[in-house]
Amino acid sequence: MDNDVRAQIHGFIASRYPHASIGDDEDIFSLGFVNSLFAMELVMFIEKNFNIRIPNEELRIDNFRTTTRMAELVERQAVAVGQG
Amino acid sequence: MTTVGVLGAGVMGTGVAQNLAQTGHRVVLIDLSPHILEHALAQIEREARMSRLLGGPAVDVPSVLSAITTGTEPDLLAEADFVIENITEDWDRKRRLYPTLDRACPPGTIYVVNTSAIPITKVASVTSRPEQVIGVHFMNPVPMKEAVELIPGYHTSARTIQRTRALLTAMGKKAIEVKDSCGFVSNRVLMLTVNEAAYLVYEGVASAETVDEVFRSCFGHPMGPLETADLIGVDTILYSVEVLYQEFADSKYRPCPLLRQMTDAGLHGRKTGKGFYSYDEYGRAIRAADRAVAA
Repeated sequence: MDNDVRAQIHGFIASRYPHASIGDDEDIFSLGFVNSLFAMELVMFIEKNFNIRIPNEELRIDNFRTTTRMAELVERQAVAVGQG
Repeated sequence: MTTVGVLGAGVMGTGVAQNLAQTGHRVVLIDLSPHILEHALAQIEREARMSRLLGGPAVDVPSVLSAITTGTEPDLLAEADFVIENITEDWDRKRRLYPTLDRACPPGTIYVVNTSAIPITKVASVTSRPEQVIGVHFMNPVPMKEAVELIPGYHTSARTIQRTRALLTAMGKKAIEVKDSCGFVSNRVLMLTVNEAAYLVYEGVASAETVDEVFRSCFGHPMGPLETADLIGVDTILYSVEVLYQEFADSKYRPCPLLRQMTDAGLHGRKTGKGFYSYDEYGRAIRAADRAVAA
């Protein structure tokens, strides 16, 4: 499940920036890619694709810096609603 | 607490309402369509949630939403200290709207005209209070963009300017004052840039992606002119260029036929899911839209 979540998130980012090679633990903000529109696209993708609602207090940059952290965020919400 | 009426719940009005509610103002958001008002509140909730993620302040979303009253009737403006008008960039509609505001608002209400191109003195001429009419050109997205153009009209009083500056400061805005002229500074230059970029696509000189790539890579712009057109709204771009063309009667502002056809065809950009680019359900630009007119 965890690898699948990472792969889907990585796939979404890669489809947006096909020429970039982004590791799972690479900070996408420091690479200079992320603007406000993409950050919103990421949140919308994660919520729709994984059918979760990210709590407002979790909408922090640190949770979206890397593919790994985003996958962990998804896992936390899945556990929270007993889907884990 | 200052009460601010916001007329028009489109892209700009929604952002203005969100900004005001987030900075401790009471907001009355008015639009002709209840459906558009529902959509606006959903948009505000979505964007307010994102505020901290986007580098802004953490926002108490329920408080922000509870500060906003919505409705379709101007009589809700009976206690408004300011009215910020953001309806469609269409002179005929604005010309009919302002006498309605004169009847609905108390005598001291200041009218803030959030237009991208229509001269403020012209708007003031159809009101009974020209000294209380002032232009503020907000940038998109309103809560995230600090700088605004502040445009006094010919009759705008010093007191109106002072009160409006105070409101803008409270909203977290930096006001850059420019003289009243169609398009002010920002749009007079930007609309011509976008219009010319559209001509390049229309003539087959370059694709939309190529035009935008030149601006991003050669000039370091975060967004090219046609991505910007999709964000602002292709229809809004067209109306603004038409206003420039009418006001200056100068052929350099003649609108590109492609903009007109795209507007007629409903290819308005992000807000309709398709413009110069197509957008998926997540708001990603997936590819350039098929051209409506071959070169």
